[in-house]
Amino acid sequence: MRLSIFAMALLALTPWTAKAGVDIEHWTTDNGIRVYFARAPQLPIVDMRLVFDAGAARDGEKLGVANMTASLLNEGSGNWNADEIAIHFENVGAQYSSNVELDQASVSLRALSDPKMFEPALDTFIKVVAAPSFPQRAFERVKNQILVALQEQAQDPDAIASKAFYRAVYGEHPFANPVYGTKPSVRSIKREDVQAFFKRYYVARNAVLALVGDLTRAQAEEIAKRIDQNMAPGKSPAPLPKVQPLEKTKIVKIPFPSEQAHVYMGEVGIPRGDPDYFPLYVGNHVLGGSGFISRLVREVRVQRGLSYNVYSYFFPYVVAGPFMVGLQTRADQDTEAARVAMDTVKQFVKEGPTEQELVLAKSNITGGFPLRIASNADILEYLALIGYYRLPLNYLDTFNENVKAVNQTEIRKAFKQHLGAQRMVKVIVGGAQTG
Amino acid sequence: MRSKTLVVALTSTLLWSAAALVPVYAVSPPDVHEYRLQNGMKVLVRPDHRAPVAVVQVWYKVGSADEHSGITGISHVLEHMMFKGTRRYPAGRFSAIIAANGGEENAFTSNDYTAYYESLEKSRLKIALELEADRMRNLVLRKDQFLKELEVVKEERRLRTDDDPDALTYEQLYATAFNHGPYHHPIIGWMSDLNNLTLNEVRQWYKAWYAPNNATLVVVGDVEPQAIYKLARHYFGSLKPQPLPERLPRPQEPQRGPRCAVVRAPAELPYLILGYKAPALLTSRHKWEPYALTVAAGVLDAGHSSRLSRQLIREKELAASASAGYGLNTRYQDLFLLDGTPAPGHTVAELKKAFYKEIKALQTELVPPAELDRTKAQVVASVVYSQDSMMTKATRLGMLETVGLGWRVGQRYVERIKAVTPEQVRAVARKYLIDDHKTVAVLQPEAITSVEKKSVGVSSPPGELR
Repeated sequence: MRLSIFAMALLALTPWTAKAGVDIEHWTTDNGIRVYFARAPQLPIVDMRLVFDAGAARDGEKLGVANMTASLLNEGSGNWNADEIAIHFENVGAQYSSNVELDQASVSLRALSDPKMFEPALDTFIKVVAAPSFPQRAFERVKNQILVALQEQAQDPDAIASKAFYRAVYGEHPFANPVYGTKPSVRSIKREDVQAFFKRYYVARNAVLALVGDLTRAQAEEIAKRIDQNMAPGKSPAPLPKVQPLEKTKIVKIPFPSEQAHVYMGEVGIPRGDPDYFPLYVGNHVLGGSGFISRLVREVRVQRGLSYNVYSYFFPYVVAGPFMVGLQTRADQDTEAARVAMDTVKQFVKEGPTEQELVLAKSNITGGFPLRIASNADILEYLALIGYYRLPLNYLDTFNENVKAVNQTEIRKAFKQHLGAQRMVKVIVGGAQTG
Repeated sequence: MRSKTLVVALTSTLLWSAAALVPVYAVSPPDVHEYRLQNGMKVLVRPDHRAPVAVVQVWYKVGSADEHSGITGISHVLEHMMFKGTRRYPAGRFSAIIAANGGEENAFTSNDYTAYYESLEKSRLKIALELEADRMRNLVLRKDQFLKELEVVKEERRLRTDDDPDALTYEQLYATAFNHGPYHHPIIGWMSDLNNLTLNEVRQWYKAWYAPNNATLVVVGDVEPQAIYKLARHYFGSLKPQPLPERLPRPQEPQRGPRCAVVRAPAELPYLILGYKAPALLTSRHKWEPYALTVAAGVLDAGHSSRLSRQLIREKELAASASAGYGLNTRYQDLFLLDGTPAPGHTVAELKKAFYKEIKALQTELVPPAELDRTKAQVVASVVYSQDSMMTKATRLGMLETVGLGWRVGQRYVERIKAVTPEQVRAVARKYLIDDHKTVAVLQPEAITSVEKKSVGVSSPPGELR
């Protein structure tokens, strides 16, 4: 079986028909918004996303303020309340959303490109992102909604485990901040805190605009300019502190009355743009990043039936994100499942991938490249990624070459360097017994 | 994250996520090519030349709705076993070959169907057709693999349902609303049935339902229809058709009065679902009714400007979350749903009363034109947006064809939605959102730990339904 997979993979190495095929245009507006635009005239749609360095890592003492700020943007602007904002978007079928992660906050709009539909959507979008009014009553209500969301997390063993994992890996670093904050911190946040956070971080020099759709370059420039003119230039914040390596192994057990134990294991990984990115990415594809052809799924799920879902990933952020292994298993077999997964990781760190595994991984990644940019929504993601993390504009064009260039030695070396210290965080939540 | 096998609970997906195919604005008319092989297998091809890729899907008309008591979950277990290999391509080969060709693959099971898919660069799609044709008839089912995979499925059930109090409530809503019939039991099956399931039963299920005359092949992508038809004939054409098990009529006995289910589980928050039996396109005598129900659900919850958000969440601040949903494409009569969590300081009883008030408003007042237009504008836009995903387009075709509506029904979706009048919305609200169609399911939280034990917003007892 091994041989024939190998043969298949070799077969698949014949040239692919597709080149990357995304022409990215980039410029900076007067006030400093970095714009990334790709034309996609085939569908009458415009997708846009503004990304700010305004994630939970910028919370400071007020844990949850980044999330609350983003959640409140569409609750009022000028003399419009939340109802009027929603009506203006939805009369023209536009879809507005916001999202907060550790290292960024983003605000997105999907709208029809027909000017009759697009103009009102863009006007409303600009009002929301550039001049939100944070009405007091909406502020109190959204605060309550976030407190409910925190309760929802408290009844979800996976959410509990994930938060505990970040706390254990990051300690005093702001990446330990839970995105929604904590109950006491959220209760303590005042409207002025949100206003101050907005004023500090939702500024042109701290913003990236990704734009995809049925637009000419001139139209795209006009859109960027209108956003720019409504936004204070401000300045970009100081870089986040560097992440310190894990000092020692930490084991966290949290009892929870669930059928399953949720297990997270890992360590400090790498930032975006790290020179080891491609060796670690391709290597992890073999270890736990490729579903059914990965070692973790084979060992934990297929061979032993221990978990429905098991994976490993490096999550690169603006500073070092985590390397994380996750699985869920019946509570009485958590030790066994965690051991099998950990042994699989350790063995991979020691030996790296076999040649066959590496050939298959490269073939899968490079051959699947056209799938990653097959829709406007996909392309928007890449533009935001390239823009926000200042990756080279030819990142997509060189992606496959970078994957192909990786060899076994580099993978072994990179895994040893980043995961070889044998220090790990292990979090287990679940099982009614106390830890 | 990724993982083989998604359980798609049709009715839990909110209305507006449903994709449709109808062209609007500058989108060229959908160019769907339909073929039928001599063995009865249907083939649908829709070219989309925006990217050099293709989506291949194989649909079988069998799902949990076809299962009887004692073997619930068997369709979904079989879906897992479909990745365990054939004589020609033994265990692990399927995934390895698709991966080597740069592809992605997975499958999903619902009440009404089971479907398998691959996404590939277009020059590789042949390989998916060959592998799908092979496993349609030549699956090798081994006991050791079955026992392991059954454990995986049980883990999936624990993950999706047993440890999720809202999902447990949803499961009980359906078991109570449909105290018999095709949608009584969950797609993933009752744990007790999974514990007793045998390999022989799974084998019989496979032999009974996995045949070309119970399947539809869908290909969407940068392809030429006639070439796909030829490939389909080449790979699937020689598979033998067979008589399918008789699908017994599954009429519902009339419900006599409202029903209620109470679920107690470790949780922080109470949760309420109302389900009203409502017809689907396939079961409705009046074809406008399901479209009117779709618009009614949209008036309640098509976005932030719709009634549940505006009134329950923002104006009255009664609900922390509230939503409504209805799916018109099910094989059997399903539920029109409202669900939500009360805001802090409010109870399930208050939220329920607020839901009833919204229903009453739909029954007594005509939806104002501006509100109706806004709801419809969102439908039209969502249809345009759905064009961005080949997977969404393929799924829409395969689903409509498999449930028995035929893909052309999708073509008329926007037109039918646009034709709905305020009077029709009121009429379906009066006819279906009534006590005799109603089931109420309530999650009553139990303390997660004795340390954090606290009082919960207890909902009304079972007797108090109105």
